[in-house]
Amino acid sequence: MNKLSLIGLLSLVIRRDFVLAMRRRADVLTTLIFFVIVVSLFPLGVGPETDMLRKMAPGVVWVAALLASMLSLGRMFSADYLDGTLEQMMLVPQSLSVLVLAKILAHWMVSGLPLVIMAPVLGLQFDMSAQALWVLIAALFLGTPILSMIGAVGAALTLGLRGGGALVSLLVLPLCIPVLIFGAGAVEAVVSGTSVGSHLSLLGALLVMALVFTPWLTALALRISVE
Amino acid sequence: MAINWFKYSSPSTFYRVAGKMVPWFAGSAAVLFVVGLYIGFFVAPTDIQQSEAYRIMFIHVPASILSMFIYLVMASYAALGLIFNTRLSSMMASALAPTGALLAFLSLWTGALWGKPMWGAWWVWDARLTSELILLFLYLGFIALHASIDDPRRADRASALLAIIGSVNVPIIYFSVQWWNTLHQGATVKFTGTSMHVTMQQGMYTMMLAVWLYAIAVSLLRVRCIILERECKAQWISELVEIRR
Amino acid sequence: MNWGEFLAMNGYAWYIWGSYGMALLIFIIEILMVRHRRRLILQQLHLMRNAEDAVT
Repeated sequence: MNKLSLIGLLSLVIRRDFVLAMRRRADVLTTLIFFVIVVSLFPLGVGPETDMLRKMAPGVVWVAALLASMLSLGRMFSADYLDGTLEQMMLVPQSLSVLVLAKILAHWMVSGLPLVIMAPVLGLQFDMSAQALWVLIAALFLGTPILSMIGAVGAALTLGLRGGGALVSLLVLPLCIPVLIFGAGAVEAVVSGTSVGSHLSLLGALLVMALVFTPWLTALALRISVE
Repeated sequence: MAINWFKYSSPSTFYRVAGKMVPWFAGSAAVLFVVGLYIGFFVAPTDIQQSEAYRIMFIHVPASILSMFIYLVMASYAALGLIFNTRLSSMMASALAPTGALLAFLSLWTGALWGKPMWGAWWVWDARLTSELILLFLYLGFIALHASIDDPRRADRASALLAIIGSVNVPIIYFSVQWWNTLHQGATVKFTGTSMHVTMQQGMYTMMLAVWLYAIAVSLLRVRCIILERECKAQWISELVEIRR
Repeated sequence: MNWGEFLAMNGYAWYIWGSYGMALLIFIIEILMVRHRRRLILQQLHLMRNAEDAVT
């Protein structure tokens, strides 16, 4: 067997995880439906005044996306852990960080990307302007991968623990605060007419930082948890 | 003079050394508390702007600073335990966490009680207050993760990683919250203007030292418990006076 | 300055004594918790030792 290149490995794991996720479409849909329901509940809770809703929209969509991305974290490694695939992955000569990065990307494609696509529809419920919707999409596009990456560290640390679902939220949510602030801030900036660029570039900086460190940290956490 | 520091990093030696040190730390903490409170309530003058309410400072500021400092110390111990695999430093990290969490809570509580008469609100979304709240969440996350893993070695290492990630995140969170706060121009809370009277400073530093020594004493007591719990099968423990009785 | 005036703290009594009261409460609770923990583990070690003595 010839040795796989890094890119080959990356795409192989992404494809594998994607196919596995598509076999269980209900799980993917649950996250998305949860997101839609949470966002739709807010107007019922606070009242239908359009002005207030328009002001709240970015925060509501972002908090809902944050919560929705917590839901699917437990699944990121647990199936592979239970059937022994994860231990096999740790034994391969290629770096575990790259494998983890591939798993994170696959996880984002099935749980983060649907949220990005769904968000504009929900934004319309809140009477957001077209410009604000575009910024919302851009911010979510930059921000949801960070949520998956930080979440991966939490998921790896709590691998195989009882009550892991609630615990992982307790660990991960405080660390996601900067993403929430810059993500919702970008949309608010376009509404109030100030510069969007600074928010989006800070979000991009966070994304690059997360991209560099979190696969490595997740690999470390997986080794601690599986040993 | 070369001291063999590794001698002190063995739990059995440290257990005895800590037992001898605790009364000294606790005693000097108690003395400093009395002195600090005396300076704070009888020597320091009434503030012109804040009247007597500023006297909350003598407990609020030490609690806030120590809660942040203890997190850093805890993360350093955790990192030492993770890198060099020394059992004792991991035990110290888990012994410090509850004290730090309680001080973070105390800082929020006293902050609210100070904020109400000064700003007219129990809580404002100021960068410092929000960061302190998040610090409390980070402490709780550390404690919860450590408590939910049964294997002590895995618990130490997993929560060590969490503590390190948390300590890197604290500055990022602080600056992002500060930025968010200035953008919204909500609560503008400033403490510049009046310069502190010398006796006020003396009172505050005395109290800070007192809380510091208290934190050391109580975490040494706690680490002694943890050592006993972890090493309960070891030979030296069954030879201890406490057990022999 | 008499004691009543001192305790009244110029109208800020609730805030100030609330703060220091909570500080005292937290310190006392923490010390009691640690002492309880120590008593529990010592008890357990006693039991273990007695069990060992019974065997040998």
